[in-house]
Amino acid sequence: MVAVFSICIYFYPNISFSQDAPENENNEQHQNAGHEDTGDFDVAGTILDHIRDHHSWHLWGHTSIPLPVIIKTDKGFEAFSSSKLSDEHHQPVIYNGNYPYKLVEGKIKIMNTDGSVDKEASAKVFDLSITKNVVSMFISVFVLIIIFLGVAKAYTKRGVTSAPSGFQSFIEPVIIFIRDEVGKPYLGHHAPKYMPYLLTIFFFIWINNLLGLVPIFPGGANLSGNIAFTFTLALFTFVIVNVSGKKGYWKHIFWMPGLPVGMKIFLMPIELLGVFIKPISLTIRLFANITAGHILVLSLVSLIFIFKAVAASAMAVPFTVFISVIELLVGFIQAFIFAMLSALYIGMAIEEHHEEDLII
Amino acid sequence: MVVGSVAAIGAGLAAIGAGIGIGQIGKGAVEGIARQPEAANEIRTNMIVAAALVEAVSLFAVVVALLGNG
Repeated sequence: MVAVFSICIYFYPNISFSQDAPENENNEQHQNAGHEDTGDFDVAGTILDHIRDHHSWHLWGHTSIPLPVIIKTDKGFEAFSSSKLSDEHHQPVIYNGNYPYKLVEGKIKIMNTDGSVDKEASAKVFDLSITKNVVSMFISVFVLIIIFLGVAKAYTKRGVTSAPSGFQSFIEPVIIFIRDEVGKPYLGHHAPKYMPYLLTIFFFIWINNLLGLVPIFPGGANLSGNIAFTFTLALFTFVIVNVSGKKGYWKHIFWMPGLPVGMKIFLMPIELLGVFIKPISLTIRLFANITAGHILVLSLVSLIFIFKAVAASAMAVPFTVFISVIELLVGFIQAFIFAMLSALYIGMAIEEHHEEDLII
Repeated sequence: MVVGSVAAIGAGLAAIGAGIGIGQIGKGAVEGIARQPEAANEIRTNMIVAAALVEAVSLFAVVVALLGNG
């Protein structure tokens, strides 16, 4: 309930806009809201704005935390606060650094003197800013370090044979679960070598999924629903799979044993494509699941503003709570599936094939 | 007045496909549990994983629909 209430606070500027604004103030409000074009509540625009990365962290109403902007242009690096890019009404304004910068649809662009975007120069802007997603990642890394250093210390202090206590009792079954359900079935006796990676990726994705579901400050960033983030994680798996791939793995890609020569040549490009499709499917699976979850929750809350009636919340709030609970499960399952498929792909790569079994 | 795009039809078709897929998984799991109640936990875990994999494919379609819409 607290969570849903907080989402409503999140929408506050739009509530005041779509419900209470008298006619004569409407035009002014339009300009303030930016992405609103008509008198109706712009559902798609608001939702996409909420699942996007931002240069500042919106807290409530007109309060937001400005975050540092770090950009590299051909005149070198430059850093300034993102508060310089918007005025008190949250409207983007031009900041004159090495170039005149302005936020256009959330991205930093270089402006011409006549107010249009200088596309050629903007393409050269290399944005290394500490954005909302980056801050969210720092928070989750910090939380993970606190949890796991504490748990690791408890093991060194009390030994591995004594019963776990405190937070240790929560983490230990999860680690055992990943070891028994992910590591051992797919990696066999190689499991201990890859367990640190599998556990890291599992807990990192899980905590980011959970933080993404918290609508108030420390959470709320759509980090694991960001395709660059999931792509990076899939890239790790891709590198590990291909670096640890044994002779049999490469042989099955380029020269499938036990097949006629024509079939071997036919299968080669397909298998080679499969090497790249695996990490791509990992990327899109996590990205799509988490983004879809965020869109669902936001759509259900938006129902209240679409119907412009408080009574709609009688339906929207229980549904939102229901979907949020489902998303808690999805957050766990997707982290588990990412770790499981990583283990599966690594297991396929390090497997020692027995060629004589394959020849028909 | 009906306003929409082909992307919405695509998203709907993806939902039909995922519905059939998850239905089959649920059917298989329930039948399996009825035959072998002692394996219920293992079957349930595998069911959830398979359902998540099917769901992911439908979500690919939703993402494509969203991109096509934008």
